[in-house]
Amino acid sequence: MIRLEGICVDFGGLRAIDHVSFDVGAGAITGLIGPNGAGKTTAFNVIAGAVRPTAGRVLFDGEDITGLKPYQRAQRGLARTFQIPHEFYRLTVLENLMAAASAPEGENVFNVVFRRRSFGAEERAIYDHARETIRFLELDHVRDEKAGNLSGGQKKLVELGRALMRDPKIILLDEIGAGINRTLLSKLADKISALNEEKGLTFCLIEHDLDYVSRLCSHVLVMAQGELLTEGTVDAVRNDERVIEAYFGGGKYEAHL
Amino acid sequence: MTELSGLFFYLVSVLIAGGIYALLCLALNIQWGMGGLFNAGIVGFFAIGAYTSAILTTPETAKHLGGFELPIFAGLIGAAIIAGVTGWAVARICVRLKSDYLAMASIGIAEILRLVIVNESWLTNGSLGISGIPRPFGEYTAGRPADLVFLAYVWLIVLIVYLVATRLYNSPWGRSLRAIRDNEASAAAAGKNVERFRTQTFVIGCAFMGVAGALSAHYFRFLSPSATDPLLVTFLVWVMLMAGGSGNNRGAIVGALGIWALWSVTEIFTNRLPPEWATRSSFIRMLLVGLLLQYVLQKFRAGILPEKSPPLHFEDEAERPAPEK
Repeated sequence: MIRLEGICVDFGGLRAIDHVSFDVGAGAITGLIGPNGAGKTTAFNVIAGAVRPTAGRVLFDGEDITGLKPYQRAQRGLARTFQIPHEFYRLTVLENLMAAASAPEGENVFNVVFRRRSFGAEERAIYDHARETIRFLELDHVRDEKAGNLSGGQKKLVELGRALMRDPKIILLDEIGAGINRTLLSKLADKISALNEEKGLTFCLIEHDLDYVSRLCSHVLVMAQGELLTEGTVDAVRNDERVIEAYFGGGKYEAHL
Repeated sequence: MTELSGLFFYLVSVLIAGGIYALLCLALNIQWGMGGLFNAGIVGFFAIGAYTSAILTTPETAKHLGGFELPIFAGLIGAAIIAGVTGWAVARICVRLKSDYLAMASIGIAEILRLVIVNESWLTNGSLGISGIPRPFGEYTAGRPADLVFLAYVWLIVLIVYLVATRLYNSPWGRSLRAIRDNEASAAAAGKNVERFRTQTFVIGCAFMGVAGALSAHYFRFLSPSATDPLLVTFLVWVMLMAGGSGNNRGAIVGALGIWALWSVTEIFTNRLPPEWATRSSFIRMLLVGLLLQYVLQKFRAGILPEKSPPLHFEDEAERPAPEK
């Protein structure tokens, strides 16, 4: 579904990603792992369009989207969550989800002032979808709270909810589990697999907790120091010499402090 | 009796100016309160509106461009269009800037506009100004009753702009705009065309600022570059919106009236100062308004009427339990 071809990203003198190519298969839950500073979030930003690669191409369903802006990619069915919650903090939880939905009639400023009826049905559908998603994420009790007042874990759920409101083809989850307690995390894993199995939604997720990754992901990509180290099943990469080196030090990938 | 009617018409004049400020405040609320656009050049768009309407409605003269003698309502619409188009041009250049940089750029643009007004005397008659600007229904009324007519005229327009602003706020468009204000990156990730929303917001706000400028020109019947004092327009309008409640249309009107009333009352107070202090009076008023803003913002951080999410009308139906099977 997503294909990176020879992606390089330079931040000033730092090469954050160095000739990385990989595929994210449709209908799968793919894990993207690696030590801190490996370039995982940068890779996500390249896919979502927030960072322009210095070289290389990004393909989405076979179409070259390298030149598209983030909102254009989102409109094509690519959704993402952020590592640090990016909630709309002065909007309620319900509004956060509703704002994320696509509303072509209701976002037309002429309709809004002169033709109020034109977007009633659309708005109603968005509302129902948002309520359903909030119920699914078990956020009903904080529905009318301002999102800025939520806990870190709840904000992560709002992030996921907003991504779901887009009815996307793929969701990129950047450390959705970080800062969420174990019980909630396990529930979240169930929900992600449910979405994947029932709706055929594709996921790509960055996560540090390998047990969590092994529970969800069939296929894992391992990055270290801006390169793609290896890929395969969780068990295979776990026993890979280079992966162990990258995580625990020694050899080429030892952190230079 | 005369003292009482004097007081009454003082109140009328306060309410007329207060209405013009309410328009500016509503316009700024669309830009800043809803859209997060830091427009620090309000006075520039105010001036464009004032000069546009003045030129469109005055009789022919050799001193400046003009002689169109259009009806006042056409002048107001012209003011909105020209100010809106200028806003669009500015937005094309500046809308990608982050808030503080947009503030700097808009101050600069307002200053450029002011210099154009002072120097292009074929257009504006320079520092001598434009006189003989008509008032609405000026041919039927004169003197004090005319002030009452004008009061009604101004507040009718405030009502229209308030209704438009409320519709903008209470809509998916407004919701997406507030989302962009709160977090641009995640709004873009949710498929929102940030630039388009911001440009629309900036243009609408600037058009309303232009209307406010036009009304002030018709009120004073005379327009010169001194009417484009950033202190009296940009600064005061920001104070009003902060005090009244950014993100709340009613708060914008309350803030405009409240701060303008205080500003006017402090004038009475500073007029009674001994002559050696009189020259300092304007600074003292500034200081008082600044202190007041400090107090209000310490006491009510989001203003007197804080932002409130619009109601959703489906609530009742959705709350109803599902029918039993």
